Amino acid sequence: MDPLIIAGRSFHSRLLVGTGKFASNAAMVSAMEGSGAEIVTVALRRVDIDNPADSMLSHIDRNRYLLLPNTSGARDAEEAVRLARLARAAGCEPWVKLEITPDPYYLLPDPVETLKAAEILVKEGFIVLPYINADPVLAKRLQEVGTATVMPLGAPIGSNRGLRTRDLIAIIIEQAIVPVIVDAGLGAPSHAAEAMEMGADAVLVNTALAVSANPGGMGIAFKKGVEAGREAYLAGLGRQQDRAEASSPLTGFLGD
Amino acid sequence: MSFVDEINKYDPEQVRAGIAAKTVSDVERALSSERLRPDDFMALISPAAEGFLEAMAQKAHRLTRQRFGNTILLYAPLYISNECSNGCLYCGFNAHNRVPRRTLTLDEVERDARILHNLGFRHILLVTGEAPAKVGNDLLAAAARRIRPLFSSISIEVYPMEEAGYAQMVEAGVDGLTVYQETYDRALYSQLHPFGKKRDYDFRLLTPERAGAAGLRRIGIGFLQGLGDFRSDAFFTGLHALYLSRNFWRTQISVSFPRMRPAEGGFSPPSPVSDRSLVQLICAMRLLMPDAGLVLSTRESAALRDNLLPLGITQMSAGSCTAPGGYADGDRSTEQFAIDDDRTPAEVCALLRSRGYDPVWKDWDSAFLDRSAGC
Repeated sequence: MDPLIIAGRSFHSRLLVGTGKFASNAAMVSAMEGSGAEIVTVALRRVDIDNPADSMLSHIDRNRYLLLPNTSGARDAEEAVRLARLARAAGCEPWVKLEITPDPYYLLPDPVETLKAAEILVKEGFIVLPYINADPVLAKRLQEVGTATVMPLGAPIGSNRGLRTRDLIAIIIEQAIVPVIVDAGLGAPSHAAEAMEMGADAVLVNTALAVSANPGGMGIAFKKGVEAGREAYLAGLGRQQDRAEASSPLTGFLGD
Repeated sequence: MSFVDEINKYDPEQVRAGIAAKTVSDVERALSSERLRPDDFMALISPAAEGFLEAMAQKAHRLTRQRFGNTILLYAPLYISNECSNGCLYCGFNAHNRVPRRTLTLDEVERDARILHNLGFRHILLVTGEAPAKVGNDLLAAAARRIRPLFSSISIEVYPMEEAGYAQMVEAGVDGLTVYQETYDRALYSQLHPFGKKRDYDFRLLTPERAGAAGLRRIGIGFLQGLGDFRSDAFFTGLHALYLSRNFWRTQISVSFPRMRPAEGGFSPPSPVSDRSLVQLICAMRLLMPDAGLVLSTRESAALRDNLLPLGITQMSAGSCTAPGGYADGDRSTEQFAIDDDRTPAEVCALLRSRGYDPVWKDWDSAFLDRSAGC
């Protein structure tokens, strides 16, 4: 498969995984291993980032995985920026998944605060991967301020409902000049494959793995779904015919 | 990443071979795709697509109707000067051509502008050659300011400027820019432009980006058909249009389809483009860029223009004169090229209506750019 390039860095895997909600650290590790992911997100509010002995962090091999701290729980730009700075001060690489979700019910991202925080963090040298609603104009505003990707949601976080925002994600993919990572709501490998077939550059999955009875097996399944979708996209899908049968030709004037 | 970086990724020979190698099934897949990738576009401009012109035309027509309805925007060029220090082999303004040279005074600009205004035009395109010593940014800005009350949109088709020049144009009320790369083939470009500032291929190629950065709201590109391998040029024009629409997403991108016309200097196009190929290009461009303006000038005959209308065209010039001052005094000895469709704007309007199109004179308002307009 062709590599995924984010901020000049190359990755073999186009599947990113989250680390929340797992029944145990062992289940989390088996999902990560099965998935083949190279980027894993970690909620800063969940871990003691200064403490290498933190039970979750100590289970993640930093030589093998790029740790992508996320700011989930932040309600505004100021809180998110503060969290990102703390992670960097603790020795994390300056990569941050920007999540600002003031609404505790659906955890939908706040577009105004996200844009504000992205601008500040980019200026401070962070590689910013913002989590957004599937809003094509917001995606363009974010890439303009210098974010490394955009991460539109497929459905509300944790809902496992698949690509409910499909038509808007299609527009984002069509127009974006940074990688598009579909994040949130993907509940089955077929959802991930569908996003990849559309031309998404990568997907991020967490709940679907964490709530599976066999997280390792589900990690493998998603890995295959992502790879199949990408291969299909590259090969060019055959599409349904919609051939016009003209009753009055538009090119008859050309003669033969 | 600029479009120069983008185009440098492509080997021209490989592009040519890639286009030639496209198959009927590549074309079928492209035709059934909702959104075209560059590779699909390549199939639609390839020889393999020649058997699909009707299907392409039907789809182009449908897409255009869906996005633009039945409107055709009318505009007119106003030539301010035919002074030029470039040596473009194909152009009537070539510095070596012994033709009368003329630069309009501001009063003369206004005189031609009033004639166009009275004909109904509210979208105007100011045109000059490249002679910044005689026709520089200050004169253009002054001309734009002078005629601003008469028009809702002023575009320029002049020499490439630095970004600061475009900022000055925006300040003066200019909202649009047209610049043709002429040909995207570097080697041919260098043969066709033996001297003058225009020799700098990259500087010209980056013109739309400087204009976009300065805040121009409409940018038109195109290549001059008849100079080089038209399929390769069409491919790079499509890539350029895509690049601009993604990187300058607040700007309306349009593509023109100028074909070589007889001009002073007797240059005959080395690779003439047939009507059939022109149809293929227009349809393919519409399929690639469903939202782009597609522009047709009076270079083409009345009959052909009428037939090309349904294929995706959204903007037309009418009643054009390519000689500075030509509208007011009727003298065409200084023209850049001879037009073909010489119908009056009123005749063009009548034709449009008879074909079920709505001629649109005004599709912009200078108040968008006029910070002094209050509110």
